[in-house]
Amino acid sequence: MRKGTDATFTARFKRDFVLNKYLYLMMVPVLAYYVTFHYAPMYGAIIAFKEYAPMKGILGSDWVGLDNFKAFFGSYYFWRILKNTVLISLYSLCFEFPAPIILAILINELTNKRFQRFVQTVTYMPYFISLVVICGMIKDFTNSGGVINTLFTYFGANDTAMLQKPELFRSIYILSEIWQKIGWESIIYLAALMSIDQEQYEAARIDGASRWKQIWHITLPGILPTISIMFILRVGNLLNVGWEKIILLYNPSTYDTADVISSFVYRKGLLEFGWSYSSAVGLFNSVINLLLLIAANRLSRKMSENSLW
Amino acid sequence: MKNSYSDKVFVGIIHAVLLALVIITLYPMIYVTFASISDAAQLITYKGFLYKPLGFSVEAYKSVFHNPAILKGYRNTLFILVFGVTTNLIVTALGAYVLSRRNVMWNKVFIFMVVLTMFFSGGLIPLYLVVKQVGLIDSLWATILPFTVNTFNLIIMRTAFMTVPESLEESAKIDGANHFTILFRIIIPLSMPVIAVMILYYAVEKWNGWFYASIFIKERELYPLQLTLREILIANNTDAMSSGANAADQFQIGETIKYATIMVASVPILVLYPFVQKYFVKGVMIGAVKG
Repeated sequence: MRKGTDATFTARFKRDFVLNKYLYLMMVPVLAYYVTFHYAPMYGAIIAFKEYAPMKGILGSDWVGLDNFKAFFGSYYFWRILKNTVLISLYSLCFEFPAPIILAILINELTNKRFQRFVQTVTYMPYFISLVVICGMIKDFTNSGGVINTLFTYFGANDTAMLQKPELFRSIYILSEIWQKIGWESIIYLAALMSIDQEQYEAARIDGASRWKQIWHITLPGILPTISIMFILRVGNLLNVGWEKIILLYNPSTYDTADVISSFVYRKGLLEFGWSYSSAVGLFNSVINLLLLIAANRLSRKMSENSLW
Repeated sequence: MKNSYSDKVFVGIIHAVLLALVIITLYPMIYVTFASISDAAQLITYKGFLYKPLGFSVEAYKSVFHNPAILKGYRNTLFILVFGVTTNLIVTALGAYVLSRRNVMWNKVFIFMVVLTMFFSGGLIPLYLVVKQVGLIDSLWATILPFTVNTFNLIIMRTAFMTVPESLEESAKIDGANHFTILFRIIIPLSMPVIAVMILYYAVEKWNGWFYASIFIKERELYPLQLTLREILIANNTDAMSSGANAADQFQIGETIKYATIMVASVPILVLYPFVQKYFVKGVMIGAVKG
């Protein structure tokens, strides 16, 4: 409360309520949604510290402290799913993250506008195909006798169902991610490229800089802020490999390399009904994600001026 | 001179790389198209790339369109699409409007509350328990209500609403307009591009969504299209589709049915997409400003 406004909190609230009663009314459904489907589950996450029994409900179930966490950290699965999650994330950071940046730069170099638009239209397209269909195609193409499989047999590979091979899972996962998202994710970099001052290129050309040098000295620095923001987000999501694609592609014979934290939570919780145990795993994941994001943001703010908040 | 020569090579390489990317992107879709109209008996023994359909047959499409599971899937998905996107739009617009107001008492609290959900969540299991608690299990609304507002979309919409000049609202207020009038008569008509973007984003999300339906909906009658697809494509279960034929035919036709279902489920979006592409791109741009 600033000086001069001697109104108390309740008085201010009352006045605001009368003045903006429709605003409050508008906020009702929005708040109801966030409270029910975001904050209630956050509260529900306390079952991670309980032994949840559906009959007793969330409140009535018995507290078990950190038992669920201990069981998870001590289990054989802990290292396996942590390793898989981190590896898939790191591979994606190394290969999937730079791909759209390179694509955007290449598209930007095109002088033929029609070809440029054509490349954009085509490469954005797979983003809109449903994941079920994408995974169905992956499964079909990498199956024995499938297109990709046959292609590899030309180079001497054996014709086997590739999705049954644990050692191939990550490559299939990452490559198909790139295939589906490279175009769409390049949009944000293309937007950044458009805001680069064209006079810089003009000046560089007069100085006799080659196209390659122009990319290196003007284009890349020009989109560096965008790259760093995207990088922070990516690092913040390092332990956040979504379950949807994993559970469509994996099977028991590839769990060794394919099972990640989120798919583990899904399987233990919803298929095997280990509510509390799997909530503990999920909560561990959420907390680590949040910490990673904060750390990445802080690091980026220190090293450059770019940060999320 | 040396530079311009190397530049030409450079440009040539760029064209080659992009052309290769275009082919890699398009070929799987072309393959599926060819395979879906191929003769089942020929396709099953064929290995490798298809450059044209093998024979010609629309048997697969016939069985897809006569299949009750696919038709029900379409109907359920349509329900989710219509009611889902409507709910999404209304509630997102209300939230975006409230959050775009300046000098409103609870604004900072609301924004914090909304943004926090982007960075932290209770997790899958607690969400499931909540949905169960409110009695949405085995209801199509289970794929709608728990996803009423996509926070990212909310922020995009708020950003767009904030660009509407304040003077317009001020004059409306003087004329006695309340917040509903301002939102529906001034802000929304002036923000049609962003509304279009939102409709498209939400519609794609609804059309393609399968995961939450798979955990919240056990009743087969209520399966949306993508869940039926999952059974056919991932679990490789085409038996139900080709019932009536004998075992050998069933196996053969199952192969083409897979491709025909992919087409049936993807073509609506891919046909529509080139016309609405610019709106999608616009959405990314608006989102990028705020980040």
